[in-house]
Amino acid sequence: METQSLIYLFVGASFALYIGIAIASRAGSTSEFYVADGHVNPVVNGMATAADWMSAASFISMAGLIAFLGYDGSVYLMGWTGGYVMLALLLAPYLRQFGQYTVPDFIGARYYSKAARVVAVICLIFISFTYIAGQMRGVGIVFSRFLEVPVDLGVIIGMGIVFVYAVLGGMKGITYTQVAQYCVLIFAYMVPAFFISFLVTGNPVPQFGLGSTVADGSGMYVLEKLDATLTDLGFTAYTDGSKAMIDIFCITAALMVGTAGLPHVIVRFFTVPSARDARKSAGWALVFIALLYTTAPAVGAFARINFVDTVNEQSYADAPEWFTNWEANDLIAFNDRNGDGVMQYRSGDAFAGAPVFTEERGASGERLVSNDAAEGENEVYVDRDIMVLANPEIANLPGWVIALVAAGGLAAALSTAAGLLLVISTSISHDLLKQTFRPQITEKGELMAARIAATAAILVAGYLGIYPPGFVAQVVAFAFGLAAASLFPAIFMGIFSKRMNKEGAIAGMVTGLAFTFLYIAYFKLWNPDANISANWLFGISPEGIGIIGMVINFAVAIAVSRMTASPPIEIRKLVDSIRVPRGASEPSDH
Amino acid sequence: MSDEQSQAGDPQNGDTSATESAYWRANIRLLSILMSIWFIVSFGAGILFRPFLDQFSLGGYPLGFWFAQQGSIYVFIALIVIYVRKMRKIEHRFGLDDD
Repeated sequence: METQSLIYLFVGASFALYIGIAIASRAGSTSEFYVADGHVNPVVNGMATAADWMSAASFISMAGLIAFLGYDGSVYLMGWTGGYVMLALLLAPYLRQFGQYTVPDFIGARYYSKAARVVAVICLIFISFTYIAGQMRGVGIVFSRFLEVPVDLGVIIGMGIVFVYAVLGGMKGITYTQVAQYCVLIFAYMVPAFFISFLVTGNPVPQFGLGSTVADGSGMYVLEKLDATLTDLGFTAYTDGSKAMIDIFCITAALMVGTAGLPHVIVRFFTVPSARDARKSAGWALVFIALLYTTAPAVGAFARINFVDTVNEQSYADAPEWFTNWEANDLIAFNDRNGDGVMQYRSGDAFAGAPVFTEERGASGERLVSNDAAEGENEVYVDRDIMVLANPEIANLPGWVIALVAAGGLAAALSTAAGLLLVISTSISHDLLKQTFRPQITEKGELMAARIAATAAILVAGYLGIYPPGFVAQVVAFAFGLAAASLFPAIFMGIFSKRMNKEGAIAGMVTGLAFTFLYIAYFKLWNPDANISANWLFGISPEGIGIIGMVINFAVAIAVSRMTASPPIEIRKLVDSIRVPRGASEPSDH
Repeated sequence: MSDEQSQAGDPQNGDTSATESAYWRANIRLLSILMSIWFIVSFGAGILFRPFLDQFSLGGYPLGFWFAQQGSIYVFIALIVIYVRKMRKIEHRFGLDDD
């Protein structure tokens, strides 16, 4: 069968599976809709958490980022996994012991304040929408490349699918579709990785392949060869990286704490039967995530080697087919500066900015760009996002592997989008309506409100996917930085300090949030030209500043709480009941 | 990590009972040890001491680079597994398990 027919078959079959599961496990009560009734097995929940967590960015972009960043890419690997240690040890079991539905539920109850709850809801909605816009765009791009439809139509198809299982199934439906999506995405990621590792090193296990010798008879190790090749071309060595140590440190920390504070991840631990299961479940989640995360650096390194080998000093006329395919998709460009028709890949930019293609073709048949010139000798522009998607083509793998990667990329993007939609709709129907503005609402009314809110959230997300506001790509740092600077400290102190009171927590959240928001917005939105390391506070980039926001949050909260009255006795009892297990409690009905 | 007052008191006044605070202290001790390892492996071996560790190698991996891209992740998993096991023992010791 042709590759294109295989793609239709794989993608169609996986979607039929997700929708079937969603219909079979649809929610009948608010408890099922919010937390799947709190009866999910910890291993199953770990798998669902992994799918929830691994987005289009993890599946499609991360290996590409690492391929081009080398050592600097470690911030994502350690940051996005280390956060699970914090979750398992510092947050998840206690939040499960607390036993309600949402993160704002905990903050509202622990700080005996509707204001604190509303601040938490605002943080949550802002974090989730920032994140979801990128996911919907990712869905659209994968659809357009593999199903040959326009990006906008791709987004609309994605909205339809998410609608079925998020609105109908709620948390219960999402949990089981996410399990299926995890299986699809991990299989799709591992198969080409095994092939490529075997081709490059002779060792099919990518985690070991990265530490092995190259199978070209030279006897050099993969990383040795990569370092030598890249330094010859004027890049920094792959294993060295070029970011300042303090920045690496802060970005890693911000991603870890941000991961631990992201509401759609935390809420997954409300769905298991007990605190003990929450610990276990966080461990399983990390095992399932680590499978992909320890493979990604190998995929990245192999992709970089293959890319240099097949492109550099190759005449454009003999360029491999994948090169011209992605050039047709605007993601690769060849700027023949010296007019020799041969592609020189070097350090530096091929031209200024992202390519703006003209309708004309150059002497060798390459697409011409109208960008301004850049310094240096590099002639090849390549978008980092293509690495995972193009890898099977670069390594000449069979058509069914390419079809599998298409289905995997969609599974990754759709599962994360669904998880985010659910926390948004839950927050609106539960925290804002039931707990704050309309406490007399019936169970049935609340469930209806949750479904309406989910529908509205999908429409907004789809709109953001079709008309991505220019800033979305610039502000991924927002989601993690804000989660680190606002939600994490409030939850952490709510568990570990009995003295923390409502005044301290609110003051901390507001100052941490404001500081982080202003710092990122200044460098990313208002004055992007100033975004260079010389202007940064202590040399910390906007991606890492959330950790300073977190420190400010802690400092302000502790200072303010010492100057104001202790929390009431009921709160001290509440904290005790969270800390000490007295048998697993059911999520309370309220 | 905690500003906990450790003396036992009357649960009716929101104070912690003796067993509960002993349980909590055991938990905090375990947490402190595991979180220190978490910090040393990732921020220590993977970042602060990477240039030093990179002079050694593990197969084809410079050691610091290995910690940053592979090793720390394996250690993270081990930390959670140890935590789950040790907590079950602590719960058992204080008679707080319900099995």
